[in-house]
Amino acid sequence: MKTCLVVDDSKVIRKVARHILETLHFNVEEACDGREALTRCTAAAPDVVLLDWNMPVMSGMEFLRALGTSGVSRRPKVVFCTTESGVAHIRAAIDAGADEYVMKPFDRETLQSKLSLVGMA
Amino acid sequence: MDVSPATLRHFADLFHARTGQELAAGRRWRIETALRPLLRNHRIDSLDRLAGAVAGGGDTALADAVVDALLNNETSFFRDGATFRQLEERLFATFAAARAQSRRLRIWCAGCSTGQEAYSVAMMIAATPDRWEGWRIELTGTDLSGRAIAQARDGVYSPFEIQRGLPIRDMMRWFEPDGENWRAKADLRARVTFSPHNLLDPPPAGLRADIILCRNVMLYLAPDRRRHLFASLASVLADDGVLMLGAGETVLGQSDLFVPDTTMRGIYRRA
Repeated sequence: MKTCLVVDDSKVIRKVARHILETLHFNVEEACDGREALTRCTAAAPDVVLLDWNMPVMSGMEFLRALGTSGVSRRPKVVFCTTESGVAHIRAAIDAGADEYVMKPFDRETLQSKLSLVGMA
Repeated sequence: MDVSPATLRHFADLFHARTGQELAAGRRWRIETALRPLLRNHRIDSLDRLAGAVAGGGDTALADAVVDALLNNETSFFRDGATFRQLEERLFATFAAARAQSRRLRIWCAGCSTGQEAYSVAMMIAATPDRWEGWRIELTGTDLSGRAIAQARDGVYSPFEIQRGLPIRDMMRWFEPDGENWRAKADLRARVTFSPHNLLDPPPAGLRADIILCRNVMLYLAPDRRRHLFASLASVLADDGVLMLGAGETVLGQSDLFVPDTTMRGIYRRA
């Protein structure tokens, strides 16, 4: 069973994502900001990170950059999942190393499709 | 909304006559959901009245709209990824060699719905410009639904549609924002010709194909209509051409005009 770390400061989004991911047979972990996500990844890297952009403490983009220099033994796939749907944001995410990008709102099909594209579903 | 069994039967019969597709009794609940927007737009207060309006060919435009609304336009980019990988990694190489003299390749997406499949093929071809330098690639998408063809021609997809099957890098390369939606760039749109066509009718005039994608169409057809469609597809397919069916479809027991390719799943050749 693959593990997905859901990183979002919204409890509602985390709950919705968890529900969908569990129906897709993922083991789900949660973090409410980039800092907490980085701590979790350093301790035990998940297979994939579903990552919000705008969060307090540490944003998704800051997390992604920090992940690159954190020395984690096995870098997880990173799928941004955000309301930021502008070209500039998507381009910046790709340039920073994001593997895929989900524009909110999302449904089960969207999430399954994107996770499949990164070899996770 | 109370609907008489006779009305549901009427819509199912109309749908079958126009499309050859069965609307099984267990799926008739879909009729009410699918036709509700039509009732609203035409200010008709019940399905029974709508059935009366289209009965006996009274209002052909309305009957067309009913059939269009009942069609299942489910599709996505690169649907069944393994099939598209076969097309990209093996079939294109085969045809590039086989057609090296004529430098012409004809691809027909038969029953293309809203165009995602045809655009997927177009993006794959565009990804290897060196292979196709100087080639004439004719990529045609047809569908019974005028509504679907209009969307395919526009190349406009909602955020939900654009995110199904399409890698983000391809989205950024081939699409641009269009309000809340995403629109295929002119360069991509120019690679595909879309036109309305009922697969129960003879193939479009003058159309010949080296590759036919007819995916997730057969499964909705009654056996006699399937045989008819296989014959129609065979009549326009090159001798060394290939037919690509959907993951849940086969020619086995359906038609003796095609045989499965022995090395590629979902690929069929002329018998």
